[in-house]
Amino acid sequence: MPENRTITLRINGRDEEGRFPAHRTLLEALRQLGHMEVKCGCEKGDCGACAVLVDGMAVDSCLTLAWTADGREVTTVSGLGDLDSPHPLQQAFADGGAAQCGYCIPGIIVAAKAIIDENPEPSEDDIRLGLSGNLCRCTGYTKIFEAIADAAAVMRAEGGEP
Amino acid sequence: MSRTESDAGARPNVQFRQVGKPLTRTDAPGKVTGRTPYAGDYVMPNTLHMRVLRADVASARLTRLDVSKARALKGVACVLTAADMPDRTSATDIPGQTGQKRLDTDQPILVKDRVRYFGEPLALIAAETRDIADHAAELIEFELEPIPGVYDPLEALKPGAALVYGADNIVAERKIRKGDIEAGFAEADLVIENTYKTPFQEHAFLEPEVGLAWVDENDVVNIRVSTQVIEHFRPIADAIGVPHNKVRVRGALVGGGFGGKEDLTVEVYLALLAKHTGRPVRLEYSREDSFVGHGKRHPFVLTYRTGVTNEGKITAMDVQMIADAGAYVFLSPYVVLYALVAAPGPYRVDNLNVFARAVATNNMYTSAFRGFGALQACAAYEQQMDEIAGTLGIDRLELRRRNFLKTGEPMSTGFVPPSAIWTEQCAEQAWAALGEPAPVQGPIRTGRGLACYQQSYGRLTFLHDTSEAWVGVEMDGTVVVRSGVTDIGAGQISALGQIAVEVLGVTLDNVVIYNSDSAVTPLAGTTTATRALYMTGNAAKQAAETLRARLVERAAREFGVEAGDVDMAFNEVFVIDRPEKTMPLVNLVRICAAEGIHRSELAIFRAPFGDFLDPETGQGQAHPDYAYGAHAVEVSVDVETGEVEVLKSIAAHDVGQCINPAAVEGQIQGGAQNGQGYALSEEMLYEEGRLVTPSFSEYLMPTAMDMPRVECIILESRSGVGPFGAKGIGEPAMTAVAPAIANAVADAIGVRVFEMPITPERVVRALQQRDAS
Repeated sequence: MPENRTITLRINGRDEEGRFPAHRTLLEALRQLGHMEVKCGCEKGDCGACAVLVDGMAVDSCLTLAWTADGREVTTVSGLGDLDSPHPLQQAFADGGAAQCGYCIPGIIVAAKAIIDENPEPSEDDIRLGLSGNLCRCTGYTKIFEAIADAAAVMRAEGGEP
Repeated sequence: MSRTESDAGARPNVQFRQVGKPLTRTDAPGKVTGRTPYAGDYVMPNTLHMRVLRADVASARLTRLDVSKARALKGVACVLTAADMPDRTSATDIPGQTGQKRLDTDQPILVKDRVRYFGEPLALIAAETRDIADHAAELIEFELEPIPGVYDPLEALKPGAALVYGADNIVAERKIRKGDIEAGFAEADLVIENTYKTPFQEHAFLEPEVGLAWVDENDVVNIRVSTQVIEHFRPIADAIGVPHNKVRVRGALVGGGFGGKEDLTVEVYLALLAKHTGRPVRLEYSREDSFVGHGKRHPFVLTYRTGVTNEGKITAMDVQMIADAGAYVFLSPYVVLYALVAAPGPYRVDNLNVFARAVATNNMYTSAFRGFGALQACAAYEQQMDEIAGTLGIDRLELRRRNFLKTGEPMSTGFVPPSAIWTEQCAEQAWAALGEPAPVQGPIRTGRGLACYQQSYGRLTFLHDTSEAWVGVEMDGTVVVRSGVTDIGAGQISALGQIAVEVLGVTLDNVVIYNSDSAVTPLAGTTTATRALYMTGNAAKQAAETLRARLVERAAREFGVEAGDVDMAFNEVFVIDRPEKTMPLVNLVRICAAEGIHRSELAIFRAPFGDFLDPETGQGQAHPDYAYGAHAVEVSVDVETGEVEVLKSIAAHDVGQCINPAAVEGQIQGGAQNGQGYALSEEMLYEEGRLVTPSFSEYLMPTAMDMPRVECIILESRSGVGPFGAKGIGEPAMTAVAPAIANAVADAIGVRVFEMPITPERVVRALQQRDAS
């Protein structure tokens, strides 16, 4: 039987513990801990639906083993904001009609956060490149590009993130 | 976005307060914050995890299937094979509708003795964990003795071809015989004949098929599943051998459908295992399962023979279509029916012969996909129009203009669509919006393409389609809508809310919509066939209007005026032009409640009921109505590498009436993407029926790097048969995209690639052939 190990993940600002075998991916671990906002689309790193931030860097959680995230900061889309105080990205995606079926959106918003963290005033090419690991089948990306640019402008105006 | 409201054919303008505004959809906040539970996010204690074991060849006899080791594995609760269940199939001819079985050609739930396609399910496993279920699958021993298969529909039609089932491989044949085809060709100055090929396509919804099932206190099998069709509770009940009222399908917001969650997917497997184990069971397809586990878009071979005068008037058209139905029937007979009806496109063709066939092969079965046969027809007829224009030396838009079907004229089936036909306005605006051509450099050539379409919205009229919706007002003035309609991401339920609150004069944040539960929400029919807004929107509007009339009547008595003087807006009820006569809606609701006045209404909307088309002539009414529009693109082609880039993508559609313009644009932009992938990059490669591209790194749909910003030109004729004159946009958004791109590539390089997808290899080959000749 595979060995289980207890690891601690700092998820959306709170420490959470879980026992997982070595082959358990961060995606599976997060969902097992109840973080259903992290979506499984392919389990091969092809679609980006499962993207989360690990220590601020966007990664496909399906390609990350849970053990390697031990002791690190994990941020999911739900860690960015909630219904009462949405993150500017979440607000822009909702108001701009950028979410259709919405299944890719948790990963895309996380990727967008990483894009804006890297460059507060991303060009459209920056946005396209930053999203090249995230697939969306519903939107044709047009409204997603617009929402990210809008959110970046709001964040610049607010002088940082809320 | 630019929006155009032309007067021609439009009804008088109406002042909407909520409809026609790009409001934030009711489902958006939950989706962007990660709060929305999808079908795969529900958990129950004591759940078993399922796995489907599949055949690894496409055509074979199952000679041995031994599950004893898997059953003996610790942690395995149940393994089922065909031997454990009655001889039942898992399909109906029309999802959720007629329930007719086609015993000879429908797919068995599990393989009994004959494997007909790669990935056909052999056994179902339920275990304590997913790891154990995977391990159990490895312990199942099976032997498949290969049987010669047939993998090309043209081969399958030849005498002596391997038979998939039955006496021949013909699944369905449809025809149109209209006018006098001989006389039409005699009248022509020129006859142009070409054959076009369209490929398989994968829906590639980001959420793979998933569900959770359990048996409740009433011995009802409950299934929480990602589906477009909750009415599947009927075939599920039939398949597991229980009465229809013993299965309850609860949907969830669907992570993409596009037709791929229209047929049954995981439901029957879940129901069987829940029944057998008495425990909750969960089944989530892997991406590879999804690639081999649901039907694809039909590849078509389409031969168009068109007679034209030197002035470009079409005098006759003869069309032969062959569709690859794959290994089981599913919706193939209706996909070729749609292709048949759509064959001449949005053009007036009085002398028309069409012969459309669906042919069985040992390829993956094919079924519903956005566009449903009509899209494949468009891929051919619009390329043919450019071929005709090129041969005659007539401008491509002008040639189309000389042939467009006009409002009030009969289409291919002799039926006169009841709404306005604005193809010409759409084509002109999309074409003009391309603007100045991009500069040309080095080996890069640019070209432009246009394609126009006709696409039905609403189901086939012989299905006698109906839809129900319930609208009620709570004691605090908030509104509840109940309707079984599934929301597959296009904003279906938000649109219902927008319609209800428009009529009742409340704001959208005051409405909650309960949907997709076959036991407690009134059945609304499928979210397929671009019918949800048309059908359920009309039902919701009807329910809200009846309720409104009742509320207004009571308010009029309170105010001492006529009902016609009372209006409702922004949660207030008031007398028009008498600002002092007003009260909050909540006060009116309380008066109604105290007096026992009914504060809710259930409505049913019925589409026009018709008969099947005449089997000999194909004449009659196939659908309630049709949508029209155009797509224009500019592409660049690298003549050294064959690579095609789409530089501009512009869509113009007459949507009748926008309910939510942002949602309409979203559909159009997504359709542009779906069509671009279909035209250029999405390729399902099969070797002897075995799919060799079962992942997103091999099956290439457009990424953020590939898509241009899609420009939407929305026209509103307000002439549709949907609520407030709406038409539908779900399928129409995609239909004309691929031929527009094909035409642009041909324009760029001076030679046509007759087979999609137009991959770099095909472009280079076409250029080499051109240079050689």
